[in-house]
Amino acid sequence: MTVRKNQASLTSEEKRAFTNAVLELKRTGVYDRFVTTHNGFIMSDTDSGDRVGHRSPSFLPWHRRFLLEFEAELQKVDASVALPYWDWTADRTSRSSLWAADFLGGTGRARDGQVMDGPFAYSAGKFPVNVRVDGRAYLRRSLGASVAELPTKAEVDAVLAMPVYDMAPWNSASNGFRNHLEGWRGANLHNRVHVWVGGQMATGVSPNDPVFWMHHAFVDKLWAEWQARHPQSTYLPAAGTANVVDLNGTMRPWNDVTPADMLDHRKFYAFDTEPAAAASQR
Amino acid sequence: MNKITRRQAMGTAAGALAALGIAGATAHAAATDSRAATTPSGTVDEVYQGRRIRITPASGGHHGGHHGGGHSGLPTVRIDGRELHVMRNADGTWISVVNHYETFADPLSLARAAVRELQGATLAPFSPMGGTA
Ligand SMILES: [Cu+2]
Ligand SMILES: [Cu+2]
Repeated sequence: MTVRKNQASLTSEEKRAFTNAVLELKRTGVYDRFVTTHNGFIMSDTDSGDRVGHRSPSFLPWHRRFLLEFEAELQKVDASVALPYWDWTADRTSRSSLWAADFLGGTGRARDGQVMDGPFAYSAGKFPVNVRVDGRAYLRRSLGASVAELPTKAEVDAVLAMPVYDMAPWNSASNGFRNHLEGWRGANLHNRVHVWVGGQMATGVSPNDPVFWMHHAFVDKLWAEWQARHPQSTYLPAAGTANVVDLNGTMRPWNDVTPADMLDHRKFYAFDTEPAAAASQR
Repeated sequence: MNKITRRQAMGTAAGALAALGIAGATAHAAATDSRAATTPSGTVDEVYQGRRIRITPASGGHHGGHHGGGHSGLPTVRIDGRELHVMRNADGTWISVVNHYETFADPLSLARAAVRELQGATLAPFSPMGGTA
């Protein structure tokens, strides 16, 4: 079974396997398909119209499905790879090993934000940014420049304590767990992390930065933690809601998967913090 | 053990300020001396940090059919002639495809933020369903 581990605990070999698989998907063009899909949803998901990937209840199941598909592509390249997650409440500075040259590389240089080290630096020649909102073909970051602090554990705990999954108007103005986790309301969790990283991560083409997958793997884990804390709470809305995906509605672009299909992550993978993971690891 | 020391926290803050310093100062200077022409109708035509920002308010009807259903009523924002994809949030704030996860109070602040983020780069051709530059 796939075990998603905290990125901070990966061995050098595991880090290399992950970054090599990402580079291979970039080389074959598979990687860029994911970026294109994501940007399409970013631009079409609106508060007053149809919305699937963002600012709506299906933000969490949509990204879970999106990550599963990406992880499956990684595993076609290297079956040993699983998506790592980045716990930004713990690894919260640009000095974290996440940003070292043997993993994702660090922040961009002052002049133009260009990432200069690690496997995804433009100068390394294997990771051009092809799907973009402007002319720049190099990976950019400005860690901590637009917003100084990543969300804290206390801020996450306060959001995990919210008992109701989501509520009307089922968009960026909603109260409830989903929107506080997505970050349009309250302390701002998920959105703020995109802004903290900066560069492509702050744009509609955010999956251009491989940290996108680790950020969303952690958001996904927080959803699982919320479910464990609130066994009586469920995905909402249940049925008959305009413009958003109900529990048993199908999600674009797949059209054959529903939020209900995505509720139990244990069908697909375990987190390294769960007993199931310990059991499956020798 | 993983506690951030005061020194580290200050280092982070100083680093963030340093990173913001140049852009921030430039932004301020440009904002104060840019020749902005904001008419009562909401039309903007200004040069900001050397880039031309033009904002045409929603005409009430459609404006070229860029956005498809449900998106009419949005202003058209252009930077050096290229359209910037913008969106209005339910609370009245604004985001663009360049600053997607951070909200701004009005289309002009949004356009200026995009100019700062672009650092001289040209916007990719407008394509609502994604695509390559
Ligand atoms: Cu997304
Ligand atoms: Cu995201």
